[in-house]
Amino acid sequence: MLDLTYDTPKPKVIAGAREDWELVIGMEVHAQVSSNAKLFSAASTKFGAEPNSNVSFVDAAMPGMLPTINEYCVEQAVRTGLGLKADINLSSAFDRKNYFYPDLPQGYQISQLYHPIVGEGEVLVELGDGTARLVRVERIHLEQDAGKSIHDMDPNMSFVDLNRTGVALMEIVSRPDIRGPEEAAAYLGKLRQILRYLGTCNGDMQSGAMRADVNVSICRPGQYEKYQATQDFSHLGTRCEIKNMNSMRFIQAAIEVEARRQIAIVEGGGTVDQETRLYDPDKNETRSMRSKEEAHDYRYFPDPDLLPLQIEQAWVDDIAARLPELPDAKKARFISDFGLSDYDASVLTADLDSAGYFEAVAAGRDGKMAANWVINELFGRLKKDDKGITDSPVSPAQLGGVIDLIASDAISGKIAKELFEIVYTEGGDPAEIVEARGMKQVTDTGAIEAAVDEIIAANPDQVAKARENPKLAGWFVGQVMKATGGKANPKTVNQLVSRKLSE
Amino acid sequence: MSIDESTAARVAKLARIKVEPEALPALAGEFNTILGFIEQLNEVDIDGVEPMTSVTPQVLKKRADVVTDGDQQARVLSNAPDAREGFFAVPKVVE
Repeated sequence: MLDLTYDTPKPKVIAGAREDWELVIGMEVHAQVSSNAKLFSAASTKFGAEPNSNVSFVDAAMPGMLPTINEYCVEQAVRTGLGLKADINLSSAFDRKNYFYPDLPQGYQISQLYHPIVGEGEVLVELGDGTARLVRVERIHLEQDAGKSIHDMDPNMSFVDLNRTGVALMEIVSRPDIRGPEEAAAYLGKLRQILRYLGTCNGDMQSGAMRADVNVSICRPGQYEKYQATQDFSHLGTRCEIKNMNSMRFIQAAIEVEARRQIAIVEGGGTVDQETRLYDPDKNETRSMRSKEEAHDYRYFPDPDLLPLQIEQAWVDDIAARLPELPDAKKARFISDFGLSDYDASVLTADLDSAGYFEAVAAGRDGKMAANWVINELFGRLKKDDKGITDSPVSPAQLGGVIDLIASDAISGKIAKELFEIVYTEGGDPAEIVEARGMKQVTDTGAIEAAVDEIIAANPDQVAKARENPKLAGWFVGQVMKATGGKANPKTVNQLVSRKLSE
Repeated sequence: MSIDESTAARVAKLARIKVEPEALPALAGEFNTILGFIEQLNEVDIDGVEPMTSVTPQVLKKRADVVTDGDQQARVLSNAPDAREGFFAVPKVVE
């Protein structure tokens, strides 16, 4: 495999009123595990069901109900860990995180504070400008999701739906290795891409299947390097945690505005309080969640209902052996096998459907040409219709057929675009369409020669000018192409025009 | 470790248990008795002893990823003091 190498990006610097500041960001990403049933109950995880219909008595925390762990959720967490090149802990355990909220009927969340199932891993975050940040993952633990409270259905009441209660979450905790708002969004994007490749989380941010808590602090240039050398947090500023973000755009805006708030405090001689904050997109500001502070004493203790979770190395090895090709490996392979640029390979490996489509088109064909057609023509056309690759009316075989016709010189590039549009809107076999509609390129030199002669004869003035300035020959080429309905082979036309003009 | 009255009040609040101020000294005293009892365990030398999680050789029971529960909205809501349109209805809680 080709190893992709990148330079390390420069950290984002924000100029304060008095001096420059750098950002230090760590993220806790909550990713809903793709599974049929919940982490500790046999109720469905399906999104969008009737309120309180996917609820077992375990989820509703009825007295005497006991949790039983869903083995597949454990497998998904292990798979995620392996996908992030992380250590898998064969022994882990569950703890209770105690707090009161209406959408948490147990009065505690079952989580893994002391012994998480996954240890240290890493995510390579490409930033699209030839640089990439290697973000270390500290741990991944399994935990229960809470229910959902709806506040806008009644002026005096909140409505609670427990369908989401008990759905398995993976909390993926990064080290503070992210150095700017764009990097934070790119990190989340890359994590989402990997999880989707693995099939362990659908990554749907709108439905809340992926959401992030973002820890932000500021430091003077040079301080971060001291932290890196010693892993001593005292070199960094006090962090604030922005809770529950589920939009890449808002994450970037929130980090920026929170950093500026902290800079203003420190430059004004104050100190930043460590606290939990909420981002308000309407006002573009963060504000303190005071109620959360009060409840911050979670009084964790080992869950007495659950024995430690023991898994076998052989089972982990079996999951590892069945891992799919991951984004970094696929991208490297596309670059080395198909001769693609880093950018094209990134676009085509963004998701599995695009990558699979491209590979089907490129099989046995010129990879670069296939990439051009998939990215520029197909993606461009789909975007116009607001469609995804899975809704493409053009199959890989059909697009491949168009490319084959260009490669065999049967049609010109210009006609190929018209042909593509016909296949896109009407369907059909590209070769048959070309045959039936007479779109074949004219390579018959005699016919092209006749057209060239005709145009030269009809435009003596242009001929005289073109003989003085050979650049004007292009006009003749254009006229010939027009006269032949674009079907003349452009190379032949070029050759004939320049020969005839110099006669 | 010693529990004073304000710590006792805080623990009660976190547990959402109402304790009248005059009951706090006695409560703090009970906490201290319990903690004192447990602290005796610190006298035992457990160096090199694996934590025991069960007295019988049990392992955590696992379940297949199959949906066999749910679809019982009425039963889930039947104990709720107030329920509307399939939701639990509670006094407004908003951040």
